[in-house]
Amino acid sequence: MTDWEPKIVAFLCNWCSYGGADLAGVSRMQYPANIRVIRVPCSGRVNPKFILAAFRHGADGVWVSGCHPGDCHYIEGNLYARRKFTLLNNLLEHTGIEPGRLHFSWISSAEATKFAETAKQVVDAVKKAGPAQHFIKKQAEVA
Amino acid sequence: MAGEPGNFDVKVVRKPRYINSDKCTGCGECAQVCPIVRKNEYDMALSERRAAYRRYAQAVPGAFAIEKSGTSPCKVACPAHISVQGYIALAAEGKYGEALKLVKEENPLPAICGRVCHHPCESVCKRGTVDQPVAIDFIKRYIADLDLRSESRFIPEIKERHEAKVAIIGSGPAGVSCAYYLAIAGYQVTVFEKLPVLGGMLTVGIPSYRLPRDIIQAEIDVVKALGVEFKTGVEVGTDVTIAQLREQGYKAFFVAIGAHECKMLGIEGEDLQGVYPGVDFLRDVNLGRKVALGDRVAVIGGGNVAMDAVRTALRLGSKEPMVIYRRSYQEMPANQEEIEECHEEGIHILTQTNPIRIIGENGRVKAIECVKMRLGEPDASGRRRPETIPGSQFQMEVDVVIPAIGQESDWACLTPECSCRLSDWGTMRVDPLTLQSDDADIFAGGDAVTGPRTVIEAIAAGKQAAVSIERFLQGKDLREGREKEWTAVQEVRTEGYDRVPREQMPRLAPHTRKHGFDEVQLGFTEEQVKKEAERCLNCGICSECYQCVEACLADAVEHEQQAQERTIRVGAMIVAPGFHPFDPTAFDTYAYARLPNVVTSMEFERLLSASGPTQGHLARPSDHQAPKKIAWLQCVGSRDINHCDHAYCSGVCCMYAIKEAVIAKEHAGGELDAAIFFMDMRTHGKDFEKYYNRARGEHGVRFVRSRVHSIEPLPGSDDLEIHFVSEAGEIRGEVFDMVVLSVGLETSRSALELAERLNLKVNDNQFCKTSSFAPVASSRDGIFVCGSFQAPKDIPQSVVEASAAASAAGGLLAAARATLTKEKQAPDQVNVTGERPRIGVFVCHCGINISGVVDVQAVRDYAGTLPYVEYVTDNLYTCSQDTQVAMKDLIQEHRLNRIVVAACTPRTHEPLFQETMADAGLNKYLFEMANIRNQNSWVHSANPELATEKAKDLVRMAVSKVTLLEPLHESELRVDQRALVIGGGVAGMVAARAIADQGYPVYLVEQSEALGGQALHLHKTWRGEEIQPYVRQLTEEIQAHPNVTVYLSSSVQAVEGFVGNFKTTLVTGDASQVVEHGVAIVATGAVEWKPDEYQYGRDPRIMTHQELDRRFREGDARLREANSAVFIQCVGSREPDRPYCSRVCCTHSVESALELKKINPDCDVYVLYRDLRSYGEREALYLEARKAGVLFIRFDVDQKPQVELDNGTIQVTVMDHVLQRPVTLTPDLLTLATAILPNRNESLAQFFKVPVNEDGFFVEAHAKLRPVDFATDGVFVCGLAHYPKPIDESIAQAQAAASRAGTLLARETIQFSGMVAGTVQVMCSSCGTCVSICPYSAPSFNEKGKAEINPALCKGCGLCVASCRSGAIRLKGFDDAQIFAMIDSI
Repeated sequence: MTDWEPKIVAFLCNWCSYGGADLAGVSRMQYPANIRVIRVPCSGRVNPKFILAAFRHGADGVWVSGCHPGDCHYIEGNLYARRKFTLLNNLLEHTGIEPGRLHFSWISSAEATKFAETAKQVVDAVKKAGPAQHFIKKQAEVA
Repeated sequence: MAGEPGNFDVKVVRKPRYINSDKCTGCGECAQVCPIVRKNEYDMALSERRAAYRRYAQAVPGAFAIEKSGTSPCKVACPAHISVQGYIALAAEGKYGEALKLVKEENPLPAICGRVCHHPCESVCKRGTVDQPVAIDFIKRYIADLDLRSESRFIPEIKERHEAKVAIIGSGPAGVSCAYYLAIAGYQVTVFEKLPVLGGMLTVGIPSYRLPRDIIQAEIDVVKALGVEFKTGVEVGTDVTIAQLREQGYKAFFVAIGAHECKMLGIEGEDLQGVYPGVDFLRDVNLGRKVALGDRVAVIGGGNVAMDAVRTALRLGSKEPMVIYRRSYQEMPANQEEIEECHEEGIHILTQTNPIRIIGENGRVKAIECVKMRLGEPDASGRRRPETIPGSQFQMEVDVVIPAIGQESDWACLTPECSCRLSDWGTMRVDPLTLQSDDADIFAGGDAVTGPRTVIEAIAAGKQAAVSIERFLQGKDLREGREKEWTAVQEVRTEGYDRVPREQMPRLAPHTRKHGFDEVQLGFTEEQVKKEAERCLNCGICSECYQCVEACLADAVEHEQQAQERTIRVGAMIVAPGFHPFDPTAFDTYAYARLPNVVTSMEFERLLSASGPTQGHLARPSDHQAPKKIAWLQCVGSRDINHCDHAYCSGVCCMYAIKEAVIAKEHAGGELDAAIFFMDMRTHGKDFEKYYNRARGEHGVRFVRSRVHSIEPLPGSDDLEIHFVSEAGEIRGEVFDMVVLSVGLETSRSALELAERLNLKVNDNQFCKTSSFAPVASSRDGIFVCGSFQAPKDIPQSVVEASAAASAAGGLLAAARATLTKEKQAPDQVNVTGERPRIGVFVCHCGINISGVVDVQAVRDYAGTLPYVEYVTDNLYTCSQDTQVAMKDLIQEHRLNRIVVAACTPRTHEPLFQETMADAGLNKYLFEMANIRNQNSWVHSANPELATEKAKDLVRMAVSKVTLLEPLHESELRVDQRALVIGGGVAGMVAARAIADQGYPVYLVEQSEALGGQALHLHKTWRGEEIQPYVRQLTEEIQAHPNVTVYLSSSVQAVEGFVGNFKTTLVTGDASQVVEHGVAIVATGAVEWKPDEYQYGRDPRIMTHQELDRRFREGDARLREANSAVFIQCVGSREPDRPYCSRVCCTHSVESALELKKINPDCDVYVLYRDLRSYGEREALYLEARKAGVLFIRFDVDQKPQVELDNGTIQVTVMDHVLQRPVTLTPDLLTLATAILPNRNESLAQFFKVPVNEDGFFVEAHAKLRPVDFATDGVFVCGLAHYPKPIDESIAQAQAAASRAGTLLARETIQFSGMVAGTVQVMCSSCGTCVSICPYSAPSFNEKGKAEINPALCKGCGLCVASCRSGAIRLKGFDDAQIFAMIDSI
């Protein structure tokens, strides 16, 4: 288990969090290499199905990050996103997905430090939760 | 600036940035290697940056720049122009290897120079004006010695081998230097030396206690290692001639024979035995010949040869060697240290003494007769001319006389085949720039050309000769680009430095050294080098160490850039130089300079910023601890006529202080006590009052109405005690961890200089002079002004004015619109629909930024294995111009129809690659980037393997997405170039006129029967300008304007359509008509509230502002007769059910109070207020009113004044906070400053799908960034409908709305992004979710009841897509399938 490195899918909005991730790079801030970023126009674009799909395709964690409330490039898409993920989070917990796997944050394009720190926290939390098995399709074991 | 409005010539100077921003990739390698540390002004000097820098991380463009104020004096003074400041800076960082390389760019003999150079660099060193010059030469020696002692010495790379042979005559510093640079250039060099040893004067002229032989040897060894052949004992001219060498194939010659023949004194007795020319003497000693001198040796001369001779004599056993010099110590050309060391060794120096005769006995020297001298006027060399003192002759007995007064050359090498000529001085005549003689292949330099000079001059000549010879051999122009005038930077800060004495060179003790030839100077320790290097003032800022040039693989660094001046033709000019924050340093009251925990608000902003010096962690400067108590002091540098003469209010500080306090409390997580010490809380902006209330109520920010007296340090801690006077007049104190000074805004000196150059008038407050009716017009026609140079203001108002200025300028430019436009021609798009994907993947190295961590080749090869990938490659810089050309060809050659670039971030580089694709005829949306730099190599640099794996994953994800991308088309929409303006008040009329002036038809709709709106009720502006004549003139202009159609008594009944194509139904009486227009401006205004309190309506003497204004206009006698007048502020404003501030009423009351005082100076005038909000320059009125005797009494909202009508008298009772008791007034006039109420806007809001807030005002798209736009495209807002504001601000906002509307009207068509959403009708369940959540109103139901998305309104955010329950909406470019494909391939 010691060599296991989780794979985490991050949906970052183009205007804030993706910019924050870029700036963390410009500032050479180091964080673990477990995150695979999918750029979306707005966190409001993220369909809950994307998150489920990520888990199904072997992601050990999912992270969605958008603009701060009030800073959304599209006025209020991030607020809709927040509502959706609060619900989804409850649902996932209900289905037995550990709480440390799905993360949501507000990170502006100037918050490089916050991006790097949140990335570390997300990776730590997912590592703690261990490899995700719930959604991976397995051959039914036939006796 | 010359010319007239519509036709100006403007001269602009572009300062060099020294980095080509077209080539710079923003990687920052230059900053990494830059040794120059500067205060980071972006962080208000709370952090440091390098001289190679980017102003801030997110700066656009992302290119770096180099801060350089000029060339440092040391580099200019050095004959070889070594980057002295550069190697000092590198040495300070311990980069000795780099420092050595830098020195050797210009000087191949640094260990020698570090010992014997006369270092003119130090004479001009600016540190000398602080204390003493930096010990430059000794630092160089340390750097060079380190290399000499190291196992692998620095041997430069030979660039390119050439067969041509070059002969160098003389192995002194000039010859060796020339040989070194020619060898690096790849030429075959032979050095011919007459003497049996190498080094010329270095070896045979300079004694070894100054310059040990092994040092010379070691320096020459490097030249030998470069392949240079040295032949000793060969005298050109005797053993071999130049003609013979030419025959042997030598293509060029460098004559560097030095000056080894001693000049004679020209006095009697010089032929006596015992007269021993100085150079001959030194040469004999240095060649190891036995030389016997007596005890008494007289050396004649004051140069280094004289010093060397006398000290050598001492070492050879002479008991009493001495120096005779005809001028004083001051004029002595020898190095200062040499003179000092002579003294230390007990050598006598007779100054102002001149030998006139050598007296002999039996053919041998016996004595010398001298005369004393005095100094007269300066001669041609600038030194004072010595004159004989008559009758001062004296004789001294001596054994030997050594004349050392100069040398000349022996020209035996010039055999008759040479046509080069000598000067009258016996030196070779050459071109001073190229060193070429009359023989084209013969060059000469060093002492042979200049007469006896210094080592460094000879070295410089050697290098210049090498440059010339290389050009000569390549047949190039010898002169091109070489004539450079060296001027040193003038402005160097020398104050504010502590005096730090220069490090002393450790020397061998005099008693040990004077008996032998051991080296006297022992060399600096590393510690001394560091200390010395840190004394450097970095005069040029950039040290020209050229580390950045080497680090930049994109070749973007251009140190030779010059300022460029050009003249541009313009029709109008907009001046927006901004403000300078008030500097409290000079004012002791604030203790800003003394106490580290007193910071300015600008500094505090940086401390709060996530990208600031503390990454947003709140820490106080003294101990970096999180403060628990912070005080904000308001009005620092504002509303203050004692300290700084800024009587005006800066208008922004109250609001930013509240914001800072709230954010600080949020950062601190509730543990912070934030207190704001203020006089009047001025939160007059839109929604500001609510923020103020929340700060107090929800966040617990304390507001202390007070005047602060002083800030004192609390003994024994870094805490601060504030002494202040409370409103009740009590003196109090409170201790805080940190104090923030809310500094005001002032016009910078450079802005004032600009104003002077442009001939713009400024007012008493040093803001640009403007009028209320033309708020962005400067005093010079055709020049417009906006932002805080116009007057102090906040961001929303600045942005409004910016658009207003653009509108005003646009009016002048209307005729020339689009006459200079060049349209880019792109080839027709290749139709790739239905083709199998053929993907090209370009993996970028970004110099070493990616490939230094990620295995780029492995990623490239991996990409080649992915499905549909046709072509893969890797590039050093995928963004470079040549790669774009190659990419275009590759797309066509391989018929690629999808492109993936794995490089930096799409946020900066996507457009570039998309343009290349368009140039290749490929739809630009068939593109995806994999961010393997910013989000990979830069952030996982310690983990190359994982980073490489991640890069592969990211490329795979990008490939899977791009496979599914489809060509997208940018729909075009025709724009109806007409405008509808709703509201015929001042705002509506100004907007209509501005649009009409630009040439577009305007429909102006006014619901009443006359134009003019609220302005018809007003008397004067705060500046005292009469409003009625202005409104009359504006109305006439509108009515006469050919482009304006006015609809009076009309209203809007229905609106259809969207941006570019609106159809609006107007109703006039019973008639209705439809007008078509492309844009709409909402200027529906507001009205004055008629109050239901303070006995209003029950007595004619109780009035509103507009009613008072009417009486002013009518010259009502009752105003003149009133003995007492009272104004009550905030009537209906800032109350629980109407919480906003009406912004204009304080100024209006103060202005009216003054007017009453003007009419009747004996009238007692009282203003009862809560916070007096005479913001900005309006503060002057408040001051004037107080001076005129108007009394201001403050009240609280929970203790409002009481108004009673008692037997015909008005009784106003108010609690006076200063007196702490109620005061009753009985005025003859009572004016109520009532609130401003918006007109009912709900129906218009619905028509245009634009929001109104809970107060009834329209809500703009963004308070700061888009203050006159609505989220709905094509609809704009201005005037009172947006928020209460005075007439000047309404006018500016109206101009701004016109300007924003103009951006659409100016185009015949609008292009929309291809990345928009669209519905699949059959799947739509008509639930209406998309229709209700879209902030842009893009979706609507069509006639079949299905949702349809207007691509013209869609912004492509995807909110509806993610929310559609039926999955009926597709987002082009970010569709579900594409994102799922990426998820699938994680």
